[in-house]
Amino acid sequence: MSTHRTHEPILEVRGLSKHFGGVKAVDNVSLTVNQGDVVGIIGPNGSGKTTLINCITGFLKPTHGEVAFRGKKITGMKPHKIADMGINRTFQIMRPYFSLPAYKNLVIPLSSPRAKRIGGWRGGGLHGDRDTVAVDILEELGFERDSRVPYKLAGTLPTGYLKRLELGRCLALRPELIICDEVFSGLSASEISSLVPLIEKLNAQGITIIMIEHRLAELFRVANRVMALSSGEKITEGAPDEVINHPKVREAYLGVEEAL
Amino acid sequence: MGAPVMEQKRKERIDRGIKVRSETLYALSSWEEIGYLITPRVLFIAAFLLMPILLSPWPYWSRVGLSMCILALLAISFDFLANYVGLVCLGGAFFYGVGGYTSALLNTQLGLPPMLAIPIATLIGAFLCTAMLAPCLPLRGIYFAIVTLMYPLLMTRLIEAMDILGGTEGFRGIEGFSSPWTEQYGLIFGLFFFLFGLRRLVNEDQGLVIRAVKDNDQSVRASGISVTWTKTKAVFLASLPGCFAGAYYIHMYSNVGISAFALDLSIMPIAATVIGGGGTLIGPVIGAALLVPLSEALRDFGSLRIVVYALVLTGFVVFRSEGIMNVVSRKYQQFERWVKV
Repeated sequence: MSTHRTHEPILEVRGLSKHFGGVKAVDNVSLTVNQGDVVGIIGPNGSGKTTLINCITGFLKPTHGEVAFRGKKITGMKPHKIADMGINRTFQIMRPYFSLPAYKNLVIPLSSPRAKRIGGWRGGGLHGDRDTVAVDILEELGFERDSRVPYKLAGTLPTGYLKRLELGRCLALRPELIICDEVFSGLSASEISSLVPLIEKLNAQGITIIMIEHRLAELFRVANRVMALSSGEKITEGAPDEVINHPKVREAYLGVEEAL
Repeated sequence: MGAPVMEQKRKERIDRGIKVRSETLYALSSWEEIGYLITPRVLFIAAFLLMPILLSPWPYWSRVGLSMCILALLAISFDFLANYVGLVCLGGAFFYGVGGYTSALLNTQLGLPPMLAIPIATLIGAFLCTAMLAPCLPLRGIYFAIVTLMYPLLMTRLIEAMDILGGTEGFRGIEGFSSPWTEQYGLIFGLFFFLFGLRRLVNEDQGLVIRAVKDNDQSVRASGISVTWTKTKAVFLASLPGCFAGAYYIHMYSNVGISAFALDLSIMPIAATVIGGGGTLIGPVIGAALLVPLSEALRDFGSLRIVVYALVLTGFVVFRSEGIMNVVSRKYQQFERWVKV
């Protein structure tokens, strides 16, 4: 499993803070993600996880600190420029194009400059038939190719498929780093257990993954490193079992120690 | 006996068999399916192609037919921006005026004949409009709408106050068309070009990217595509029919003045789109085909004309807000029945 992991940092976050007025949503967080890692970010609601990745992906401008991707500073860059570099994210609240069929949803990322340059999914510069490539990606994500599901309007699909569609948008861009914002939330246990191998497979192909998750058991199956946030601050970082047994993490999740 | 149970019903819509059959390769299976698909299209195209011939005994109504095409072009421009890109543009007159003045300059200053001046003015005009609207593109919703409403007003005042572009007089003596037939068919083919061109574009991959901006701009950003640049391209595409309409019109009447930026030219296309059915591109053309003759027929009402006109519009907005095209195509493709809830 770890053959593709290196100690070469792909993403470095240094002293990142995001303040909304007096609220310190993210406060002085540093994180280094190495090539091939699966890093989990955990923390109770409102601990700043989504704000942190909004800052990394350019959807928000950090108040202090900087983010570097492969050694190049990306703080202050526009979100589409960051996505163009290969940092691709899913949204916690799914953002499909409701009025388009599922597979046409992927034609949009497949029409992006990055897809034209690098190609969609399995490679080769992409200029021709995006519909076929889109259905290929959807099949890989568990949309049954011969069923009507890939051709249904995205607005009529259930949550499980929309979560996969979010991942599909990332895959269409042939990402180097995928940032998943709670892909497991709202899914049934069986849906999650079919997504876990998919994430392992993507990671095995060399894609670095950052996952924000509340479903800790499933997260710890795939993550090799976990960072815990609470009230915008980093509490601890390390191997999954170290983090979960950390007293401060237990406190943040479960209240005071005595309550256990 | 218990209280009478209220029976609730809801309307169910099901695709007609022939609609489903004609969606795939089976469309070619029989004349019936082929006919189902092409009849509306053929009727639409034939109506426009026959219009100049049928109206030729009545020159006045020929002019009305031309005005209808001009309004249709402006309405297509509005419909494309509002329902495919998500930019509600209240300044259709801006495209029209810029196209008109550009063609007037090309003709009076450089001596280009209308058939050359119009296409060049369409392109140059669209570039100018896009460049001038570019700073407003990050705006959304009501903010974009209100800013675009100011553009034609601003142009009028600029021309008046600075006495440029012929001032309040405008340009006169612009060259007309060689014959009424060229004039009429040139405009009809121009309308076809923009109508069918845009209809095709919105289903192509690049068109899907434009529509995606309306659906969810954050997702477009996350897909590595610049939203502002996509909107810029869309505004350019929408300026083209608007500028073409303006450029064509000034050659029909051989003069251009500040009335080319009049508010009517921004509002009438919106009315045509509402009546005809937004989000279809064909709907606005149908809307224009109803509105312009109606507006002419209402001249008999004298000063009450605008009252009747407003009543018709209000009626449409209240009772058939989806517009003619959406209603008709639904009836054509689906049947309805009441089912118990």
